[in-house]
Amino acid sequence: MGKKHTVSFKLNGKAVDVVVEPRELLIHTLREKLLHTGPHIGCETSHCGACTVDLDGMSVKSCTVLTVQCQDSDVLTIEGFEQGGALHALQQSFSEQHGLQCGYCTPGMVTRAYRLLKENPDPSEEEIRYWMAGNLCRCTGYQNIVKAVQHAAKKLAAAVPNRAA
Amino acid sequence: MIPGEFEYHAPKSVPDALALLKQFGDASKLLAGGHSLLPMMKMRFAQPAHLIDLGKIAELKGIREDGGTLRIGAMTTENELIWSKLLQDKCPLLVEGARLISDPQVRYKGTIGGDIAHGDPGNDHPALMLALSASFLLRSAAGERVVPADGFFVGTYDTLMKAEEIMTEIRIPVPAAGAGYSYCKLKRKVGDFATAAAAVMLRMNGEAVKEIAIALTNVAATPLKARAAEDSLRGKPLTDAAIAAAANLAMSICDPAVDQRGDAEYKTAMAGEMTQRALRMAQSRAKG
Repeated sequence: MGKKHTVSFKLNGKAVDVVVEPRELLIHTLREKLLHTGPHIGCETSHCGACTVDLDGMSVKSCTVLTVQCQDSDVLTIEGFEQGGALHALQQSFSEQHGLQCGYCTPGMVTRAYRLLKENPDPSEEEIRYWMAGNLCRCTGYQNIVKAVQHAAKKLAAAVPNRAA
Repeated sequence: MIPGEFEYHAPKSVPDALALLKQFGDASKLLAGGHSLLPMMKMRFAQPAHLIDLGKIAELKGIREDGGTLRIGAMTTENELIWSKLLQDKCPLLVEGARLISDPQVRYKGTIGGDIAHGDPGNDHPALMLALSASFLLRSAAGERVVPADGFFVGTYDTLMKAEEIMTEIRIPVPAAGAGYSYCKLKRKVGDFATAAAAVMLRMNGEAVKEIAIALTNVAATPLKARAAEDSLRGKPLTDAAIAAAANLAMSICDPAVDQRGDAEYKTAMAGEMTQRALRMAQSRAKG
């Protein structure tokens, strides 16, 4: 067995420590050790995007990141979106615009869309489709996902700036 | 899928990484963005006993211009290339190419140096590097050397890089103002490697081609510089007939591996088509 490492990082703003073998993937640490089962395992081959989390300001597929790489990192999962009992604008929009059917891809979609809107607060439909292309959905045909992201962009733009996080 | 067992090392400097590389030799692998190596380790195509992560070495990141040369740290990510104002202004071919690599999440992690050093003929940077006359800075405990992209790629997963070396920087001569450029890539879907792709840089002198570089992705064991095609166009007007003839010359050097993307005849034809499209696009963008 590879020598175990203690890895400390922030998960949804809270400090966590885990002891892992070097080969442990971030998605497994999140789901099995830290019981954050929002990020899903779809393909485990970095194709589907269901395991997407936000890592230090990047959308990453947590099936293709080693937990040992995350020392001192800041990790955001879908569990970190709701604040004080209120859903994030993206979560509201996916609900209102029917941006999901089975829901399996949704945590990855929302987490990816979060970073997209941070980088481009007012994306066109074409831009949403280009920058969301790392997330697969086998139900919706994407149309309502695009609508949900556009809807969330409007909500966030209309919100008081200090609540737009 | 989980990789096999290995020890993990995260050096903070290039000398520290070189020392680890020397200590563990063939039992070690360098980890860049990890989006080629980790999948290979999951599949047991690679089973290093030691993984040396270059991700914590600050000096391997960044993009700057230095006396007519663009100097890009090997661990600079595709996403950083895409959003670089300097590259958008001075080297838009690299931005266009990076935008066609894999998908957004992979581009946050994937690095230019990893893409080049991996030696995979399906990767896009190698042909872009050939078209841009780039060179690579390789460092070892014994010193450093600069190797041109042209000649660097030896075979599938095989380059001139030695086991004790680390690629630290990519150097690209700033393309002349008004140079036309294009990277045309045919792929089946987002995230796939190219069925075939062509990179073109050119300068026009009135109607005639003044300077030209053409390079091809994923139609042989290495990226290809289409020299005969380039020679056929230099000094000549870019007519439809000349473009078709150049594409035929480019096709004549293709020797693609047969896979689910197509047979050799199809891939070769697509390399010709991508060459034609890239030439026309580069022509339309060239000024002067």
